Amino acid sequence: MVEKESLIAENVNVFYGDNHVIKNVSIVMPENSITAFIGPSGCGKSTFLRLYNRMNDYIEGFRKDGSIIFNGKEIYSKDIQLEELRKKIGMVFQKPNPFPKTVYENIVYGLRIQGVKDKALLDEVVESTLKKVFLWGEVKDQLKKSAFALSGGQQQRLCIARTLAVEPSILLMDEPTSALDPISTAKLEELVFELKKTLTVVIVTHNMQQAARISDKTAFFYMGELKEFSPTKQMFTNPKEEITQNYITGRFG
Amino acid sequence: MNHFETEITELKADFTTLWELVAKQLRNALRALANNDRALSQTILEEENRVNALELKIERNCENIIALYNPVAIDLRFILAMIKMNSNLERAGDIATRIAKFVLKADDAFFNELINKTHALSMFEESCELMDDALDAFKTSDAQKARAIFKRDEYINDLNKTALNAVVESIKNNPQEIEKYLKMMSLLRRIEKSGDISKAIAEEIIFFLEAKVLRHKQYKNEQ
Repeated sequence: MVEKESLIAENVNVFYGDNHVIKNVSIVMPENSITAFIGPSGCGKSTFLRLYNRMNDYIEGFRKDGSIIFNGKEIYSKDIQLEELRKKIGMVFQKPNPFPKTVYENIVYGLRIQGVKDKALLDEVVESTLKKVFLWGEVKDQLKKSAFALSGGQQQRLCIARTLAVEPSILLMDEPTSALDPISTAKLEELVFELKKTLTVVIVTHNMQQAARISDKTAFFYMGELKEFSPTKQMFTNPKEEITQNYITGRFG
Repeated sequence: MNHFETEITELKADFTTLWELVAKQLRNALRALANNDRALSQTILEEENRVNALELKIERNCENIIALYNPVAIDLRFILAMIKMNSNLERAGDIATRIAKFVLKADDAFFNELINKTHALSMFEESCELMDDALDAFKTSDAQKARAIFKRDEYINDLNKTALNAVVESIKNNPQEIEKYLKMMSLLRRIEKSGDISKAIAEEIIFFLEAKVLRHKQYKNEQ
């Protein structure tokens, strides 16, 4: 029986034209946990992450086979509504991408699209989601200001808050701290750690120490293949595969 | 070779130097004990400073590598093992020094007889060979060679038991010399301890090579 909110990829292959970029990858995301994807540039980790909310659909020549099952349904089937899928599987990108609106409007954007008009409810969501991302104390007096007035780290947390406002069950993060300073990075890592109580987080990172610090399991991709998927503690102390060891110890890549 | 590999290579070189020095100190202690050689004992005491200085240098370099390079997997295990092996070697160096001090203060006639009776020199020879074998296992990254050390240490433990029984018998026959006999027991324990140190180092070699923790395990020879 398929468990609730599970995310299962089976024998997934991805092609961009003739280029075979993901090769027969099967992986099950553990719920309420943080999974890190690591691997050298071009290994397919971001491509694989973007499969989960169908962000690759817009790339010319994109083709996929194999299945990705979310909540018991193939997410690439025709009857899947992308908006609904992306509500449940939210995404945060490398660079903060707030909308050119106020802090408040950024948070409630998704709810407004869904037709929510109740001001009290919107206010409550703004406060609760900003608290979840530890931003409320910093911006509660600036809700009507442009989101662009916030610092990079604050903007990134705002983008996470915007994603959380529509209550996803899975949060995809594609190098979310690569544009942030160390203090903002530490705050975001703490936040991700908190989020796993209610969410499943999948994070692509080039920072191996970050993967080691925050994730429960780590997946190592190399040349489109999933070479190892192990508990993070094991991966960074005694990896199963020699190629993983060579990568994480900096002997190649 | 990248910067990290250079650091590790230098660390290994310092560590090998320390190891060879400690092995030499133990060999000299054996010779000094066998020949009542007080001059050689004095040399051992003078060399102790070099052992201590190298131990501190290696410890500092391990700390720096952890702080600066965040080693993981086999590199992390290597540094963790290095810290423990380093401390163990320093203790082996201390044993050589203690034995040198024993020789400097010993009543030759009394102890010569007791050393023969207890086969203390054979036990010490065995223990020095164990230290050489452990170094060889380290230099060649050979976990099987490291495993062979466990069995030989058990042999040293058996020799020690026999030797201690011989001392106990002697005490019964000559109780008025109890103080000297206790010193002899202490000497035997130190020799036995140097074998234990080789065993502890062998455990660390297996840990960094195979990620297996063998401390407190009863059957170390099993894979």
